[in-house]
This record gives sequence, C-alpha cells and structure tokens, in this order.
Amino acid sequence: MTEAQDPRQELWDAQRDAQPTISGDELARKSRRSVLTGVGGVVAALGGWKWFGGRPTDDGALVPLRKGLEFNEAIWSKIGDGGEVRTFSESDLTGIRVNGLIGLRSDLDRDAWRLRIENADGELIDELDEAALADLAQADQIVKHKCVEGWSATVRWTGPTVATLLEPYADQLGDWDYAAFVTPDEEYYVGLDNSAAMHPQTVLATSLDGEPLSLEHGAPVRLAVPIAYGIKSLKRVGTIRLTNERPPDYWAERGYDWYSLH
Amino acid sequence: MHWINFPLLAVMIYSGLRIYWANDVYDVSLGGTEFFSFFPESVYDKLELSGRLARGIAFHLVFAWFFLLNGVAFGIYLAVTGQWRRFLPHRKSLADIPAVLAHDAKLRKEAPPHGDYNVVQQITYALVLGLGAMALLSGFAIYKPAQLSFLTRIFGDYENARGVHFIVTISFMVFFVVHLLQVARAGISNFMSMVTGYLPIDPEEAAGRARRRSERERTGDAATPEASEKVEVGS
Repeated sequence: MTEAQDPRQELWDAQRDAQPTISGDELARKSRRSVLTGVGGVVAALGGWKWFGGRPTDDGALVPLRKGLEFNEAIWSKIGDGGEVRTFSESDLTGIRVNGLIGLRSDLDRDAWRLRIENADGELIDELDEAALADLAQADQIVKHKCVEGWSATVRWTGPTVATLLEPYADQLGDWDYAAFVTPDEEYYVGLDNSAAMHPQTVLATSLDGEPLSLEHGAPVRLAVPIAYGIKSLKRVGTIRLTNERPPDYWAERGYDWYSLH
Repeated sequence: MHWINFPLLAVMIYSGLRIYWANDVYDVSLGGTEFFSFFPESVYDKLELSGRLARGIAFHLVFAWFFLLNGVAFGIYLAVTGQWRRFLPHRKSLADIPAVLAHDAKLRKEAPPHGDYNVVQQITYALVLGLGAMALLSGFAIYKPAQLSFLTRIFGDYENARGVHFIVTISFMVFFVVHLLQVARAGISNFMSMVTGYLPIDPEEAAGRARRRSERERTGDAATPEASEKVEVGS
C-alpha cells in the first residue's frame, strides 16, 4: 500500500497540522528554559517535601495532614451516612482474629463488673450488670468488621444497640454531641460522635458468631461499630460518658483520624 | 497535568505501600507454588515502609484529593481540546498491533506508518487514563464502603475492591517502568518535545504533508463520505 492510498493518512496529516511546531533553534531555547524549570520544579518539590515532613505534629499526625483528615470528615459528614451497612448471611461468616489486648490486661471480676453510664460532668446516671444488659432488646447482625490495617472479617454481633441502652436515660442525659467509651482500667478509650453512637447498627455486643463473647474478644461487653474502622470497636466497655466536648481517643492520639468512619 | 501526576502518584503509591505493609496478603502463585510475594521483607526495609501505617493513611487520604483534581482537570482538558481523539485508534490500525510490538522488540526493522502515536501507544495511554479512573473508583470503594456502599458493590465486595486497587497500583508501576524505557529509547529530541510541548520543524515531512494536501484538494473533498454528508446538510 503506498502512502497516498492509506486512508488513515489524511487523519494523520490533520493531527500533525494541529501540532505546534518550531524551528530547531527555538526548540533548543525552549528546551533550556524547560530543563531549568524542571530542575526548579524538582528542587521545589523536594524542598516542599522536606518542609512538609518537618511540620510539627498534632497527636502523631503532621499538622497539614491532621487538617486534611478533619477536612475530609467535614466533607463526608455532609454527604450523609449512607444508611445502614450491608448485612450478610450465616454462610458468609469468616471468624475474626484477636488483634489487640489493650485495656484487657488487668484482672476482671465479672460479678463485680458494671457498665457505668455517666453524664458530661462525670456523674453516674446508672450502672448495669450483665443480666440487665441481657434483658434489653437484642440486635443481631452479620456485618463486616474492617481494620485500618487492611484486613476484614464477616462477623455476627448480638447485643443491645447503644441507642436502645441509652433510651431510658434520654431525659436525664439531655443533649449530647459525643459518647466516650472507656475500658475499666482506662487504658483504652474511644470516642464516637452522636450520629455514629446512635447509629442503628452500633451495638454493645455480648455475643460473637452466636457464642458468648470470650475475654480476648472483649467480654463481658464490647462495642461493635460497623460504620467505622475496627479501632473504634472497643473491647470490655467499663464506662460510657455522654459529653459535649470531643473526648480523647486512643488511636487518634497515635496519628489516626478521630472519626475513622467509613 | 501529565507531569504533576508523577509526584502525586509517587506520594500515593509510597503511602499506599505503607498501608499495604500492615496486611500484605497478595502473592503470585500457580498451583499452590508461590512465585513472588508482595513484597519481600528487604523491600520494606529499604523503603522504610514498616510501622508507618497511621502516617501512610493520612498521606493517602489527603493527597488523593489532589490526584482526583488533577485527573478531573486532565479529563476536562482532553474533552475540551478534542485531544482525546489522539488516543482513539483507527479501525484499520488494529491490524498493525503485532507489527508495532515486533518493531519494539527489535524483531522487525520498519515501524508501520502511524500518526502522532502508534496504535499500541494509543491503546496503552487510553488504558492508563482508565487506570487512573479505576484507582479512584476502587480507592473510594474501600475508603467509604458504608457511605458509598453502591460503589463497593460494583466491585463485588470490600475485599475485591481492595484487590482491584492493588492490581491498579502494580499496573501503574509496570507502566511507569516501560514508559520510561520507551521514552529513553525514543531519544532526547522526543523527550524535549514532551517537556516543551513543541515539535521541531521537519522540512521533509512538512513538504510531504503539503503535497498530500494539495493532492486532496485537487481530487475534491467530496470524495470523502464525511464531506459529502456536510454538503447535504448545508444545501
């Protein structure tokens, strides 16, 4: 096939017509300028990177990144919570590993254990034992538990929702923006905002995959928050405190997003 | 926008690997034999990827916005200027694919005739644009599986979306290596055109183009179907 007969030639010529062309001299001049700009760009990028890495940190996260995480939350909180998370069936259960024992290292006397509910001033509103929790309406859900590390597990949580638990105390508690969950030894503590805590799938689980919760999985009762990463699902809850100030959060103090919602 | 991708992707992939380190489950295996595990310990050690999960996540989730903005800007630019057509392979060019590959592998002396980009370039560049879009879609699917559950569902489930996101990352790395080798092979003049955005004038080529143009004008534009349609609409 000769050049003139190739039906694509006209298209190619049109493409070439559209290309900006300059003389070799001019290209050399522009090249020099571009190389200088390029070198400047690389130096600026490396300098910027160094500056960035040298920023002070806010709870373990570089300040600009911490601001970025807060900015992300500001955006996503406006988008809506996406309703309830997807639920699965019994055959999807994968089992779940024990990934951490923070807050579980002290001895536990289950007969003496009580779940304390406190108001913003730290005043005790009520305390419940295991039997009292079992008397509440039980939620039963098979959901995915997702870790910041990248693994996930499909698990069945059974127990009252936080909303069910707090309902009788609504008048005493008044308005509150945040809920703090703390282990009895106060080693592990997480915070949820009101909407995450009151989400219909945020459960105080006493049972995992149909079996009573083991000690390493957080007996007598643990938090299960399917709309957030697993770092929020605190084991062995001792106290729930409802406050209007954002409470400290164990992992947020170590560089993670305070909300860690997904 | 092409060049901004480099530092942005570098940050995204680096921070992404710091996240991947925390649960590095993927490998290449066939019939139960593992050939390669992502990644060997030495890679983590050399690149300081270990034990930096929190910072990795923070970088990844903040810089993703810049990658998204750059991608959207690039998409708008391609759409508005019509430059996306340069990535659209001609129907007849598809038959050239084996010849182009053979030429690249130095098995064939002559490269088949082509326009700005040869057909393999066109397909590859189009795929890389798709790869960028796929990185964002699978990324958002694992970033917000509750809020954007519809997106996660498109990928099947959360684990699949993570797998896609990982494959996209590896594809970007492979593309980057091949892309660099090809640019190096194409020579300094081609590289300078990439940098400056200008082609040097080639008198011989320009003369050929002018000759063909006048040839076409003589035989009449109506010979091409597009042109005759235009006449009908106009009359």
